[in-house]
Amino acid sequence: MKPDLFEAPDYYNIDDLLSEEHKLVRDAARQWVKRDVSPIIEEYAQKAEFPKQIISGLAEIGAFGPYIPEEYGGAGLDQISYGLIMQEIERGDSGVRSTASVQSSLVMYPIYTYGTEEQRKKYLPKLASGEFMGSFGLTEPNHGSNPSGMETKYKDMGDHYLLNGAKLWISNSPFCDIAVVWAKNEDGRIHGLIVERGMEGFSTPETHNKWSLRASATGELIFDNVKIPKENLLPNKSGLGAPLGCLDSARYGIAWGAIGAAMDCYDTALRYAKERIQFGKPIGAYQLQQKKLAEMITEITKAQLLVLRLGQLKNQGKATTAQISMAKRNNVDMALTIAREARQVLGAMGITGEYSIMRHMMNLESVITYEGTHDIHLLITGMDITGLNAFK
Amino acid sequence: MKILVCISNVPDTTSKINFTEGDTKFDTNGVQFVINPNDEFGLTRAMWFKEKQGATVHVANVGGTATEPTIRKALAIGADEAIRVNAEPIDGFYVAQQLAEVVKNGGYDLVIAGRESLDYNGGMVPGMIATLLDMNFVNTCTGLEVDGDTVTATREIDGGKEKISTSLPLVIGGQKGLVQESDLRIPNMRGIMMARKKALTVIEPIAVTAATTDVSFDKPAAKGAVKLIDADNIDELINLLHNEAKAI
Ligand SMILES: Cc1cc2nc3c(=O)[nH]c(=O)nc-3n(C[C@H](O)[C@H](O)[C@H](O)COP(=O)(O)OP(=O)(O)OC[C@H]3O[C@@H](n4cnc5c(N)ncnc54)[C@H](O)[C@@H]3O)c2cc1C
Repeated sequence: MKPDLFEAPDYYNIDDLLSEEHKLVRDAARQWVKRDVSPIIEEYAQKAEFPKQIISGLAEIGAFGPYIPEEYGGAGLDQISYGLIMQEIERGDSGVRSTASVQSSLVMYPIYTYGTEEQRKKYLPKLASGEFMGSFGLTEPNHGSNPSGMETKYKDMGDHYLLNGAKLWISNSPFCDIAVVWAKNEDGRIHGLIVERGMEGFSTPETHNKWSLRASATGELIFDNVKIPKENLLPNKSGLGAPLGCLDSARYGIAWGAIGAAMDCYDTALRYAKERIQFGKPIGAYQLQQKKLAEMITEITKAQLLVLRLGQLKNQGKATTAQISMAKRNNVDMALTIAREARQVLGAMGITGEYSIMRHMMNLESVITYEGTHDIHLLITGMDITGLNAFK
Repeated sequence: MKILVCISNVPDTTSKINFTEGDTKFDTNGVQFVINPNDEFGLTRAMWFKEKQGATVHVANVGGTATEPTIRKALAIGADEAIRVNAEPIDGFYVAQQLAEVVKNGGYDLVIAGRESLDYNGGMVPGMIATLLDMNFVNTCTGLEVDGDTVTATREIDGGKEKISTSLPLVIGGQKGLVQESDLRIPNMRGIMMARKKALTVIEPIAVTAATTDVSFDKPAAKGAVKLIDADNIDELINLLHNEAKAI
């Protein structure tokens, strides 16, 4: 793979709107990605393997629960810092960002927000340091966009719960130490349970042959009469709102992350367009290529402003689910469009692993599907503005 | 051992260089600033002394508030305290006098500065500090070992290396070799969190005058177009070199 020459675009001097600490956190993540992710990621994506050796580095740059308070091993940073870290990681690879998103927003967040003090103390510091890796089980074979129909269920056996069912498409599942699993009780109410690797009847087979997020491990969570200690139930919130609260946090991070992937594609295409000569001129001198590049930077700039405002709202605790949906939908679609256009700017070189674009493009097909599909987010906005539910 | 690392805040090498106010001022708009690379090698070596031999590491910078992100980064990397002399770094002599004052008041055993800064490449500050304070001085320093008060330093010389034995208190003009590029540190989250609580003391400059004023800056002339001549066509090459470039 070519050396990572990335230079981050900042067309509207958005850096001036960030604090000194935001930039310090962002630049550390940026430097780390250049040093530890870019040189190896293509090889791992090609062989469809998650690069486990970067887990400690992810923890060091604060990718695991940066907004979790310091007493639980987090960094106590604000939501904009979290967003910036996700942006930089996804600049490297959406699969690596997925691992960080799951750990932060889908595992640490619910334990912190819905868990007991004992659960927080037991799991959060180890998750922050990367000693424990977590996964999040919501989607099932028969229930993707409609998780409320889930079939995974548990029964109260007096001194423990008995969990049965299966989850599919679970990021980090093949190597996770713990899984936050959403299942229905005997009354059909959804609760979160912490399932630990090693519990009898719990297995995590890997899903192979993906063309997308190849450097992230995806798999199943299978529960065959798994005995769950009662203290592993997350007591402080139940119902579909509990997992959806986690998704709000993760989708917010994805809205930032997608910008990273888009920036990388744009930066690569811009550099290539200035260097590649055809018909005696750099291809960047032709209007058709300029149109692509100019539209890319315009869309990136708009997306940056969108998430910055969303981050301010989130810091104030005011960001709504619908506002987060809009940003996730817009920014991922923006990134995917840019990846496709950027790939064309590179001609045949664009399909090779010499450059990151095709990898980003394939990754973004998952990103536009998970955490609520592109369609579902549109329906969320539609419902929010009309007050009419078009889901069913 | 008490170490002072002098840090200058310089544009990243990928920055686009432009001037404003009739070519008398550097245009900082949209420019990313970083720790001067020679200083960063020195800072990393200072961290090594701190961790392996026990040392207190302070960093000092002469500059306005805009340099604080760079100073904070040095704290996040692991320096214990920072001092900012609140003044524009007008020229090398001005900066050296301000830093000499910091060194004098702080009682430092070892002062690590960069051989030169990446912005103006003056290469004078460390030597001037040493002269002003009558301290030992090793320039273009690529290796540094300290044992008690005894110092073994390696210095780059034309075509080779020189090994020097000297003693503290000492000023060095450091560069790559003090540590390698792969030793440079990215601030980790714990470091960034700790840097929040570390002291960054702002002091007012002492009243000294600069020795120079900038009259104007000129950028190097833009590169001309390249003419490619076929390897078989030597006559054409000679013709162009003679008649067009007038080089031969
Ligand atoms: C790589 C990867 C990693 C993942 N990681 C996780 C994870 O860690 N944890 C987890 O729980 N899940 C995870 N998922 C699952 C993901 O969240 C689901 O795939 C997603 O929610 C969509 O569900 P589905 O695939 O079943 O599609 P479906 O819900 O079957 O949707 C199929 C199509 O129908 C459309 N559709 C569905 N309902 C409607 C409607 N009402 N109106 C109009 N159109 C509709 C959808 O937009 C989509 O285009 C992951 C997925 C992938 C690909």
